[in-house]
Amino acid sequence: MRLEYFQLLDRIVELDLANRTIRTEATVPLESTIFQGHFPGYPLMPGVLLLETMAQTSGWLIIALTKFERMPFLAAFKEAKLRTFIPPGTKLSASAKLEHEGSGYAVAQAEIRVDGKVTCDCDITFRVVHFPAPDLKSYMQKEAERLQFPMGAIADG
Amino acid sequence: MSSTFDTVAKIIAETCDIPIETITPESHAINDLGIDSLDFLDIAFAIDKAFGIKLPLEQWTQEVNDGKATTEQYFVMKNLCARIDELVAAKGA
Repeated sequence: MRLEYFQLLDRIVELDLANRTIRTEATVPLESTIFQGHFPGYPLMPGVLLLETMAQTSGWLIIALTKFERMPFLAAFKEAKLRTFIPPGTKLSASAKLEHEGSGYAVAQAEIRVDGKVTCDCDITFRVVHFPAPDLKSYMQKEAERLQFPMGAIADG
Repeated sequence: MSSTFDTVAKIIAETCDIPIETITPESHAINDLGIDSLDFLDIAFAIDKAFGIKLPLEQWTQEVNDGKATTEQYFVMKNLCARIDELVAAKGA
């Protein structure tokens, strides 16, 4: 997890296209400039970045389902709950399930667990569009390698 | 059509906090009811689920942008409901 680069996931550990689910893992870094302000003497993973972690997890599921033809852009969070404080060093297990794939949009339900316990959850709406820039698609493909994205699942799906 | 209208009007009223009595078959969802594109995603989601269809929003948007259709054809309530009825009928065919 590199907070300053918005790389909030470390790896994709499960991808099930038939059931439209995904699971990812990430460890909150022990040190980050973000913790200098959030908060001095009491570092916590910012809630907005936990929401982003769930969005990125859901986003990779949508990218997988559209076989890297479409890019999801965050449109709305609903029923977002941040249930506990997340300090540096915490290992996060995020998961998402696609609730609906509409025309140009998608809705997912996502959560983050720590030691098996749900610590955050929300419903997320995305606008889903063709990649608006070639550089973005290239970047996402490169990111897929870093995250150990299971390309075989797309080929089989 | 009438039951479709009632369902869609209820969805719009609840999603956008619009008094349901102000929604008529002649209402334009965007121009008259002031529904923006983000709210319309919520409405489309609710319509998709309620009717078991997939509103072809991308196709409609493309047709409007290309000048092949007007927003009235898709976003005036009576026309929207007619499209929904067509999609439901196509699903059952």
